[in-house]
Amino acid sequence: MEFGLSEEQVMLQDALARFLAGTGGLDRTRAFAGGRDRRAPDVLQGLAELGVTGLIIPEVHGGVGLSLLDAALAAEQLGRFVAPAPFAATAVMAPLALLKAGDAGQQATWLPKLASGATVAGVALSEVTGPRDGAGVEARDGKLHGRAQFVVDYEADLYIVADRARGLHLVAADAPGLTRTDFRTIDATRPTGELVLDGVPAEPLKAGDGPAAVRAMIDAGRVMLAADTLGAAQEMLDQAVAYAKGRVQFGRSIATFQAVKHMCAEMAASLEPCRSLVWYAGHALDHLPEEAPVMACHAKAHLSEVGTFVARTATEVHGGMGFTDLVGLHYWFKRIGFNRQVLGGPQAVRAEAAALQGLAA
Amino acid sequence: MDLSYSAEYEAFRAEVRGFLETHRSQAPGQGGNGLTWQKLLIENGYAARTIPREYGGYGGEPDILKSRIIAEEFAGAQLSPGLGGQGISMLVPTLLEVGSEDQKRQFIGPTLRGELLWCQGYSEPNAGSDLAALATKGVLEGDHWMINGQKIWTSTAHLADWIFCLVRTEPDAPKHEGISFLLFDMKTPGIEIRPLVDMTGAANFNEVFFTDVRVPAHQIVGRRGEGWKVANAILRHERGSLADPNVMQSRLNALIDLMKAETLDGSRVIDNPIYRDRLMAIQGRVQALRCNDLRLLSAAVNRQSAPLAGMVVKLQGTELRHELEGFAIDVMGELGLLYGDTPRLRGGGSWQRDYMYFLGLIIGGGTSQIQKNIIAERGLDMPREPKLAKA
Repeated sequence: MEFGLSEEQVMLQDALARFLAGTGGLDRTRAFAGGRDRRAPDVLQGLAELGVTGLIIPEVHGGVGLSLLDAALAAEQLGRFVAPAPFAATAVMAPLALLKAGDAGQQATWLPKLASGATVAGVALSEVTGPRDGAGVEARDGKLHGRAQFVVDYEADLYIVADRARGLHLVAADAPGLTRTDFRTIDATRPTGELVLDGVPAEPLKAGDGPAAVRAMIDAGRVMLAADTLGAAQEMLDQAVAYAKGRVQFGRSIATFQAVKHMCAEMAASLEPCRSLVWYAGHALDHLPEEAPVMACHAKAHLSEVGTFVARTATEVHGGMGFTDLVGLHYWFKRIGFNRQVLGGPQAVRAEAAALQGLAA
Repeated sequence: MDLSYSAEYEAFRAEVRGFLETHRSQAPGQGGNGLTWQKLLIENGYAARTIPREYGGYGGEPDILKSRIIAEEFAGAQLSPGLGGQGISMLVPTLLEVGSEDQKRQFIGPTLRGELLWCQGYSEPNAGSDLAALATKGVLEGDHWMINGQKIWTSTAHLADWIFCLVRTEPDAPKHEGISFLLFDMKTPGIEIRPLVDMTGAANFNEVFFTDVRVPAHQIVGRRGEGWKVANAILRHERGSLADPNVMQSRLNALIDLMKAETLDGSRVIDNPIYRDRLMAIQGRVQALRCNDLRLLSAAVNRQSAPLAGMVVKLQGTELRHELEGFAIDVMGELGLLYGDTPRLRGGGSWQRDYMYFLGLIIGGGTSQIQKNIIAERGLDMPREPKLAKA
């Protein structure tokens, strides 16, 4: 019985944190957010060298062959450093799709490229988790028709697109008939957008159970976003505590005021159990298939709620400075806001948790 | 990460199950007697497991997982896990740590067997969150202490044989260094007990008044003036135990059953998406605390530390439980108002009772605000408030 991280897992987190700090941290994120580039190849390259892009891909396909819990730990660090890098789709959901529904040829073609970072894969399945604006994709005669929105890791070379029947398809980013429309969201660290598919040639992933693969992708994607929020919220709390200790008003550190202390304590008290929830949900993805879908919903919904609370409260502890761009806290605030809506907002995800337990009408 | 139990522990679990099947009929509530059941549990190592044999315990090696397995199996079988109370949960560990040999021999055995029931005399009307401000006076007069003062929030004072009590014996010392930890008989002349009826309608607590109560001088645990240290060792035991996430889980299951059974305008409440959303939000938080509890268990077993995870349990657990019970009242609507001996009462009135009782626990055992100070100062290393200059 051991509910905790191994030495190797702690080392993985430390190595990733060192690398992300070394890229410049917030300065790198600012440069990305303010620049014209839609990708940060230096960050992606570093992640590939650390094995992060191939974390869950089996060694035979050029990956590291680690677990989804390990992937969640990596996601946590990416959130902590608001890293401008693709991850949830290209390193987790897309490899899962290929492993669970792709044939041997598709796996041999794509998994090594994803592992090395040579190919970035986006995932389009918001039409399964909650379509908006009438979006949806249909497969007819080997071609895709329709619209897919809020693609995860949208700046990609390859897309994995779910159709209305939960079948999965590979689509090249430069396929004829594919029009990409870039979106601007609050979160400048992770570009997203829309795919308009007008008879786009696509290669189905049909070696496995499509709907089961979609389920696994959604569950894993939700846990990765929850872990990203965990890292972002912990960083905001740490910054709030450090700021409060250093800020002097009325002749003393504002960290001595109970009003300020209690805000910090409430953040810590809400957030600390979240760490265990994310660990458990990650572990469930790997080892407890019956629990995984519900735990993924709870991790996603609960981290969204706690993350939102921490994002707002940590900003408030910083006073007026929290509202400015000078401190840059808003990058974390917006990252948490992004994670909250993508792959299902908290209300939608809780409705699904109830349905999965047979509690819905 | 490995949530499985080794073969040794699975065998131990089977052993506990076998015991419960064989002896079920001897348990209290199943036709058995509580004191006999307690004796049987101690003999088999299911109660007083790690307490040395010479003091009346089972004498087993400390093993956190075995203790957890015992707790889980007794809860699963819905059989009494033996006697509890402040004597067993708080005084016995204290005596083992700092009691004299005579005190251990005199008190531990009878306490474990349920022959000696204790109450705890800590809080006073003017010493609540600031417990160390307590003013009940103890003056050494020859071979006895003369005690005068008042305690409050003394649960089971009306049933207790003895009290373990904090008394100011060194009025000139700094406040934390002037307190002693005394043990005395509740039948001593000069003790008056008044039940304190609380908002639940029951008297869960008492006020206790001491007027010239004479206590033999040797009935002190630790040295004069060391009572604060002695008491703090056991306050830590109390806080964690107020918010057991496994109890929370069974309460959540009862809530789900309630939502399936209750109807609103002819439809089951569980089928209403607004109520269902709130249920799921609560379930998510219960899950987070259960995972946090697993982490604490694992940290204890593997001798790792997770201080913040431990500090948040009392605050988060009592607040969540209060909210869960309150939501069940909303589920019932007007029916949720019913309380006491009345037609159409649900669950024996337990939802209203626990809703109120857990507000008591949010306040008792260190208020939520005191918990937040602890989390901020010890968990986040934020500075204490500067002390006011003495006028």
